[in-house]
Amino acid sequence: MSGNQAAAEAIRQINPDVIAAFPITPSTEIPQYVSAFKADGLIDTEFIAVESEHSAMSACIGASAAGVRAMTATSSAGMALMYEMLYVAASDRLPIVLAAVNRALTGPININADHSDSMGARDSGWIQLYCENAQEAYDNLIMANRIAEHPDVMLPIMICQDGFITSHGIENIVIEDDSEVRTFVGEYRPGKYLLNPSESLAVGPYSVSPYVIEMKRAVHEAMVKAKDIVRLVSEDFGRAFGREYGFMERYRMDDAEYAVLLMSSAAGTGKDAIDALRDKGVKAGLVKLRMFRPFPARELADVLKRLKAIAIMDRSDGFSATGGPLNAEVRAALYGEADVKATGYIYGLGGRDVRVEDFFAIFDDLSGLAAGRELPYCRYIGVRE
Amino acid sequence: MNVMNEKKNLMEGIDERSSWRDVTPGGFVYGSGNSEYFNTGDWRTRTPVWKPDNCRQCLLCFPVCPDSSIPVYDGKRGDFDFGHCKGCAICAKICPFGAIDVISGSAGAQGSMK
Repeated sequence: MSGNQAAAEAIRQINPDVIAAFPITPSTEIPQYVSAFKADGLIDTEFIAVESEHSAMSACIGASAAGVRAMTATSSAGMALMYEMLYVAASDRLPIVLAAVNRALTGPININADHSDSMGARDSGWIQLYCENAQEAYDNLIMANRIAEHPDVMLPIMICQDGFITSHGIENIVIEDDSEVRTFVGEYRPGKYLLNPSESLAVGPYSVSPYVIEMKRAVHEAMVKAKDIVRLVSEDFGRAFGREYGFMERYRMDDAEYAVLLMSSAAGTGKDAIDALRDKGVKAGLVKLRMFRPFPARELADVLKRLKAIAIMDRSDGFSATGGPLNAEVRAALYGEADVKATGYIYGLGGRDVRVEDFFAIFDDLSGLAAGRELPYCRYIGVRE
Repeated sequence: MNVMNEKKNLMEGIDERSSWRDVTPGGFVYGSGNSEYFNTGDWRTRTPVWKPDNCRQCLLCFPVCPDSSIPVYDGKRGDFDFGHCKGCAICAKICPFGAIDVISGSAGAQGSMK
């Protein structure tokens, strides 16, 4: 089953009230499968075929404000076209679920995987979970509604998987029983909603200066609390289905001296490289960050503080001229908490493969760094020099 | 007329001194008909003047008012509510009987800020 099929299966089991989506490679298959489920009578979701992603998110906002579960899927330029409404969804505290399939943001125009699309939405107030493979895409979508809809949170959530590598790669995954998934996900019981005949309500009103900062402070608090809720829902998921999820996955980290930190599908290649390095006696490990928003700074510092050196790998370049967003945030997490030498890499843009050999080169760099060699704050890997 | 309007105003107690903890999630406004509490009359740079002698009480003016500035009691309109009138003059344009003049400036008409 592909990552897109896995996401669609999760949506079929969740049976959301509304899906509003517009096709864009590589996420197109998700609404395509869902519309087939609808045609076959497997779900009773209202499927809205909109004319753009801006409208897709707007329709989800309308549906969610009306009081129902709303979901969508998108990639790349489609997510960019949603940006205005992504912020509205978060500010309106609407627990919309977005199945994101990461694809390079134009330009140059390209359809393959990198994280520039969802990284552009990192400050929007959406929770972001990143998936290594189809199983994680499925599992995180099953958890998504409960995280987003928790009364302490009430924020939208995007579940990100890598375009083509995960979305179109075929692998064996476990699909849980429909009724068990539905029991786990549960019913959505909105607090205030537009279609409540006994209460009148205005959603998304203009906010004057005496209120805006208070509303943003409340979103900040919800994002702080989202950490606890992600933890609780993930623990509950582990009890129900036997697969454990934390804020990050630590691979061979117990006695590691050197590690790479990254997100999503490249972790699979990284683990292969680490197994090979371990066979040669290198104390190598890998941290795969699952939760980027909220950012688990303290937990990361705890995991990384015993290392001699860490490589932080970004699948997007924020063009700060000092490295990608993950590099900046992980270093910020370490500052004052841990004295670990760090260096950053930008890799895999526009679907460029990251190879086991690239990881070998990175671990060579790390042992040099630990021995006192000067390394740049951040550099590209897998680029033709 | 509207059952919901008779419900308790759930926004009572939320104002510009409220803590962020008390501002409603998403800034949702619980209740309706609350534009009455927002006085916009001081935005006005021109002012409608109602001439009761010309007015036939056809009531074409009050439904086109984008705010709530033309009060209607017992099927008849009264003078403007200048606490809310922004001077858009749509009412003057729709009036078939020349019963509404528009003069420049924010004052010069009867009525007070509500």
